[in-house]
Amino acid sequence: MTTGLDPVATAASASCGRLVAFLAARWGDLAAAEDAVGDALLAALERWPEDGVPDRPEAWLMRVAKRRLLDDARRARVRTTAAPLVARLAALRADAPEFHPFPDKRLALLFMCAHPAIDPSLHAPLMLQSILRIDAERIASAFLISPAAMRQRLVRTKRKIRDARLSFELPAEDECGPRVDSVLRAIYATYGAGWDDPHDTRGEGLASEAESLARMVVELRPDEPEALGLLALILFCEGRTRARRSADGTFVPLLEQNPADWDRARIGEAETILRRAASRRRPGRFQLEAAIQSGHCMRVDGHDTPWGSIDAMYRQLVALAPTLGNLCAAAVARSHASGVAEGWRLLESVDAGAARSYQPYWAARAHLLERMGRTQDAGDAYRKAAALTVDQAVQSYLRSRAGSCSR
Amino acid sequence: MKYAILIYETAAQLNRRKTDDADAKAYWDSWNEYSQALIDGGVMAGGAGLQEPHTGTTIRFASGREVHDGPYADTKEQLGGFYLIDVPDLDTALEWAARCPAIGGAVEVRPEIA
Repeated sequence: MTTGLDPVATAASASCGRLVAFLAARWGDLAAAEDAVGDALLAALERWPEDGVPDRPEAWLMRVAKRRLLDDARRARVRTTAAPLVARLAALRADAPEFHPFPDKRLALLFMCAHPAIDPSLHAPLMLQSILRIDAERIASAFLISPAAMRQRLVRTKRKIRDARLSFELPAEDECGPRVDSVLRAIYATYGAGWDDPHDTRGEGLASEAESLARMVVELRPDEPEALGLLALILFCEGRTRARRSADGTFVPLLEQNPADWDRARIGEAETILRRAASRRRPGRFQLEAAIQSGHCMRVDGHDTPWGSIDAMYRQLVALAPTLGNLCAAAVARSHASGVAEGWRLLESVDAGAARSYQPYWAARAHLLERMGRTQDAGDAYRKAAALTVDQAVQSYLRSRAGSCSR
Repeated sequence: MKYAILIYETAAQLNRRKTDDADAKAYWDSWNEYSQALIDGGVMAGGAGLQEPHTGTTIRFASGREVHDGPYADTKEQLGGFYLIDVPDLDTALEWAARCPAIGGAVEVRPEIA
């Protein structure tokens, strides 16, 4: 028999999100549900190594967590006789104690985390904490926020969820559309935070957490083309992660990566999912981004990068989502499709004031200036980009490019 | 709101300053470029690079005034300089601090007394 730790860890990752989602929906209080499940896990950590792992670990955890909620409620009832509390107790008692399997409320919780009454910048952190059980410190450092501030914001948000009685039920179909969008955007932000650290040196593993969230949305809403699009996008990018650093840790830009280092299985899965999304005939931002990455991944089969179609897709993407990032990437794609002068013209149309401290803008400028033979200006732009970069491998790469430009 | 970015550099980084070859130039360039980025971003409010820790002299007031040779704390990373930046909130300050080229070291971000 193994030690008690591994089964506890397995139960934690497998069922904690489900337990929290279920109890929070029953109880109407996310923070209380999280505490109760946390306590149940602690109890398991103490008992399982001695008593052995129960036959149905999830049911065991559920029983302990519920008892904790009921105990707290009994104590609270001494102070208040609020009617909602009585209703909540009734809801919780209505379940048979060995109720199993309990309904999966994670999608409803995901949607609640993206409620318009909650600050959009907290959508992703709230999802990571409540559904994936990632602690506030890890979330804080991924989003470059101080842990104390992150903890405080999450606590305040959960208080609002309880006091303003945000609904833990799935929103009506007509309200689902915009909410799906917020859910997907939060997952995208999570992936972005993980992408900046490809070798996971900070130990956050956010890229894979984003992948599991995206899979969850697809599993629960299999017909949502943008959810499929986002999952495909993540898989295309993850398929190339390994190749983004050479053996000695040097940054390798996309066009210099060797497709033999890419993960064919992941890329193949991404293609299948993207085709499923396209068959719904409702294009959108994430499907377009995935299709662009699919174009880049064609090199895995020995094809050249199809710059013409990538450029065309960027045109559509910029029309849908004219973010600084998309505009800069579109200019680079244009320079490969129609010549560097055309790309430069597109980049020059970007609002330079808004892009002044935006790293990808300076990297794109440097890249185009270098190809136009304006090496002095290119060197300056590479140095500006380097000074705005957080990732140290990318920083050294940009510095070495700057060095070779001024030589 | 003004925030100080206090830069704690490793001995290896501080040693790069002393040589006169390309590496020292690369070291100083990285700081100059970072400073320029702060200026271009409109957030620079002051700061200074400091000479190496061994040039420091410490006065302790524990019992009267005792003058000691060397930096205040003998730690693995040493204060190498600081910036003062003017930004709306801590999140923005951290975003700027994270770009600092203090390879292998650490930075501390602290708000001024309002």
